[in-house]
Amino acid sequence: MKELKVQPIKDGTVIDHIPPGNAFKVLKILGITESLPDSVISIAINVVGKRGKKDIVKIENRELKAEEVDKIALIAPNATINIIRNYEVVEKRRVEVPDEIVGIVKCPNPNCISNTREPIKTRFIVKSREPLKIKCYYCEREPEDISSLII
Amino acid sequence: MNFKGRDVISIKDFSKEEILYILNVAEKMLPIAEGKEKSNLLNGYIMASLFFEPSTRTRLSFEAAMKRLGGSVIGFAQPGTTSLQKGETLADTIKTAESYCDVIVMRHPKEGSARLAAKFASVPIINGGDGAGHHPTQCLLDLFTIRKEKGQIEGNRVALLGDLKYGRTVHSLAYALALFKVDMVFISPPELQMPKEVIEECREMGANITIKNSLEGLDEIDVLYVTRIQKERFPDPEEYKKVAGSYRIDLKTLENVKEDMIIMHPLPRVDEISPEVDETKHAAYFRQTFNGVPVRMALLALVLGEVK
Repeated sequence: MKELKVQPIKDGTVIDHIPPGNAFKVLKILGITESLPDSVISIAINVVGKRGKKDIVKIENRELKAEEVDKIALIAPNATINIIRNYEVVEKRRVEVPDEIVGIVKCPNPNCISNTREPIKTRFIVKSREPLKIKCYYCEREPEDISSLII
Repeated sequence: MNFKGRDVISIKDFSKEEILYILNVAEKMLPIAEGKEKSNLLNGYIMASLFFEPSTRTRLSFEAAMKRLGGSVIGFAQPGTTSLQKGETLADTIKTAESYCDVIVMRHPKEGSARLAAKFASVPIINGGDGAGHHPTQCLLDLFTIRKEKGQIEGNRVALLGDLKYGRTVHSLAYALALFKVDMVFISPPELQMPKEVIEECREMGANITIKNSLEGLDEIDVLYVTRIQKERFPDPEEYKKVAGSYRIDLKTLENVKEDMIIMHPLPRVDEISPEVDETKHAAYFRQTFNGVPVRMALLALVLGEVK
């Protein structure tokens, strides 16, 4: 008998094709463990799929909206979002880099006001998606290695 | 054009038409700035002058501008005398200050600080310099000076000389001059050259750019804009002396320049312009300093909505 490593969910959201080892970062960026204290969340790490290893996150009884999930595009640009109702995938789409990235990336400029204890979140304007270019809203620095700056 | 309530954070927030509009208002302010006419235009308004970092020209000329227009000034010139010393955030200082005034002028050592202040304040914020970031009022007074001295901004060949790498004020000036499609020559030691992005941006905007490492060819220049080469950019003090010396403007370097070539400098200067040059008709830097007053008067009157 074929045994499923990750059980299907009845209703909710499945985030698939997360680069291996990044599932916890995805959860952290989404802030889901705090905002959905009652949801059952399952995580699968290093699942072998058709295109190699990947991570999967399943959130039961909650359909995540596009703008909530697009925040993960920086670390999981190829992730897909599957909305599940009664065990069926009713909607499937890729994540998209949003116009602004708020509170996810740290500015590499040590003299930027966003790196002090001011009551603000970091904020970057997306200048181009392909290749990804972002600019700090405050000091206007354009960081190069964006993935290393994820908070 | 309506500037009422607007923040002045970066020159890039303004179009060419808006810049010309500000310069035209500044032109009208000249007799008041010179003390020849009296004005009560901003009577009853209060400007908070928050200088978290030392400044002579920017602070004094803003305060003079406000007072020449009949307004009042509150503020500080040394953060040591404020609650910042107790660890207050800039956001809290701004929220406090705005409840006492109608407009805030600030200088702060951190880049992006003016943008942050604008987020927290409901009164207009005018950036008087944010670290190595923007200094839009300097840029406007530079443009005003070129127009006043040369009749117009377009058609001049402008050389920017000195530390072009780190000084973002020269980056803003280059951008603003490119808006007017001015021919520019960037003269600097190789290690302090204008960043590639700035050069590319200016060229894309239609400006003709030449890059040089020496003072040769000054005879073709209409405006020579000199900036300070800072000692701390060089690990070896001997190297600094050598480099700084080779870009020094004195009477000898001016032998073959155009009769009406002007020399500008944002000041303070150290050794980059010899004091003997002050006596020549080329020296425009003290007139440039004065021009900070009418330009800042124009900005205050515009953002407070008393000039439309």
